[in-house]
Amino acid sequence: MTITRDDLIDFIYAEARMLDEGRYDDWLDLWLPDGHYWMPLDWKQEDPLHVTSLLYEDMFMLKLRVERLNGARTFSQKPKSRCHHVIQRPFVDEMDEGADRYVTNTSMHYVETRLDDQFLLALTATHELTLVDGKLRIANKRVDLLNCDAAFGNIQLLP
Amino acid sequence: MGRYTDNPQAVAALVRGREVHRDVYIDPEVFRLEMKHLFANAWVFVGHDSQTPNKGDYFTTQVGDQPVIMVRHTDNEIKVLYNRCPHKGTKIAIDRTGNTGKFFRCPYHAWSFKTDGCLLAIPLKKGYEGTGLEDQKTGNGMKAVGAVHNYRGFVFARLAEEGISFEEFFGGALSSLDNMIDRSPAGRLEVAGPPLRYMHQCNWKMLVENQTDTCHPMVAHESSAGTAVRIWKELGYSEDDPKPPAMEIIAPFMSPYEFFENMGIRTWPNGHGHTGVHHSIHSDYSAIPGYFEKLVDAYGEDKAKAILAENRHNTVYFPNIMIKGPIQQLRVFIPLAADKTLVESYIYRLVDAPDELTARTAMYNRMINAPTSIVGHDDLEMYERAQEGLHVDGLEWVNVQRLYEEDEDFDEERVENGTTERQMRNQFHAWVRFMTADMGGKEAAE
Repeated sequence: MTITRDDLIDFIYAEARMLDEGRYDDWLDLWLPDGHYWMPLDWKQEDPLHVTSLLYEDMFMLKLRVERLNGARTFSQKPKSRCHHVIQRPFVDEMDEGADRYVTNTSMHYVETRLDDQFLLALTATHELTLVDGKLRIANKRVDLLNCDAAFGNIQLLP
Repeated sequence: MGRYTDNPQAVAALVRGREVHRDVYIDPEVFRLEMKHLFANAWVFVGHDSQTPNKGDYFTTQVGDQPVIMVRHTDNEIKVLYNRCPHKGTKIAIDRTGNTGKFFRCPYHAWSFKTDGCLLAIPLKKGYEGTGLEDQKTGNGMKAVGAVHNYRGFVFARLAEEGISFEEFFGGALSSLDNMIDRSPAGRLEVAGPPLRYMHQCNWKMLVENQTDTCHPMVAHESSAGTAVRIWKELGYSEDDPKPPAMEIIAPFMSPYEFFENMGIRTWPNGHGHTGVHHSIHSDYSAIPGYFEKLVDAYGEDKAKAILAENRHNTVYFPNIMIKGPIQQLRVFIPLAADKTLVESYIYRLVDAPDELTARTAMYNRMINAPTSIVGHDDLEMYERAQEGLHVDGLEWVNVQRLYEEDEDFDEERVENGTTERQMRNQFHAWVRFMTADMGGKEAAE
């Protein structure tokens, strides 16, 4: 099976829609078991491990994050937050069929709201994708916030 | 001027043995008085000297509500200056870190100052000849804080010119900092990257009190830690199986009340104290290969074992920081308003220790204290609900009486049951002391 640019772009749009609609089980199924969701704390941060990041989560932590959202005693999600991604057409930065490696770069505006509060984040998402049984999967995802060094209140869902 | 300004009796009356009045959390006048008295008379954390390793390196922050610059002077000493040009008031530096070379230069009119604050030059200076500039504060250059103390790399400042000494203020409480620093085979820490910055719409003292509140983890954090334990079991593991680092960090938050009762709380004079006297949530982390051997080489086996046997949980240094010695973390609760606090969470690298220790520390910081943390979310939710709930009239006192005893003496070091709220009472005892120490007007209650 050959992957086209449109396949990659459609995948990025579909992922954003899953997050906006809260279809987290579908979203977790997009990931490779050893994937990491990384949100750096520092601008152009290179090391996810030995300095602080906002997020650097493996599948156990992502599953925990998602399960917690639906817990009966998840007090910060009573009431629940909602989120909304507006995404620019992704750039396809790498398409290497031989290495089974596809990299996209996508600018987004992310809005999260709960009760009377709403905030906007501008971000760039970098997806490393790969093919498994004919379907695209997320090998790694990096989310760079434009204002990563600013002070934030709670960011409760997934930009 | 309201009811508390220049009225030490009214300020002291906000704190009773078993309860404190809500005005300590919600009243803007009390907040202004905290900045003017408490934060000026106490020793307040500024930064770590590894943030300014070279001459001319500076770091901007605030002590209470006062903007300051911490800078390494040409003699290699750390200076703390108010971040204000003595001329028109312009902040001299606004980036969080940088290097200014041998002098600061104000971007407005190019007045320049040595890195100890002394006036260096003014363009077209003849315009001030005969005007008496040298007799005015403006002519003295950038103002320095009252006193600075660099304790093994940790820099503290007292804004007031006169007052309690560093040694008397901290006393035996420095043992927690010592243990954190001694965990480096070189006896030295280095800051590891920028801090997390987390905005809280609540009073700064709620955060400080929470550091020794041992009856909330299994309740407020059930959604994160409890879910983690459940998922772990569903994956087929038992409690005795070796856990990955993330589970080692989060699972102990679900420890039962008995665990926290038995861990113990120690209080020191002047509002300092710590949880985890006998054990803590940090006690059972896996050993990192090669680390113990390095400590033994540096200190000998007995001292190496003694260093690692201390697993203090949270140490509060009054008024507004907390450190975790076993994982080299420091959190600053920066007061911005009665209902607004900026929390900055720093981590440090143990010089000459394996990198895996820094990785665990960085993991703890992001998992527990980030604005994106599933643990932090529920803490902030509780603080902000309290900040709003405190406005209920007719119930104006906040309870701090768990394991209260008559005639508690906070001038003595004590070790108590780990669920006592004695440390919260200790903080408020010190709060009254430093709020009223230099307050004019009527006599203080004591």
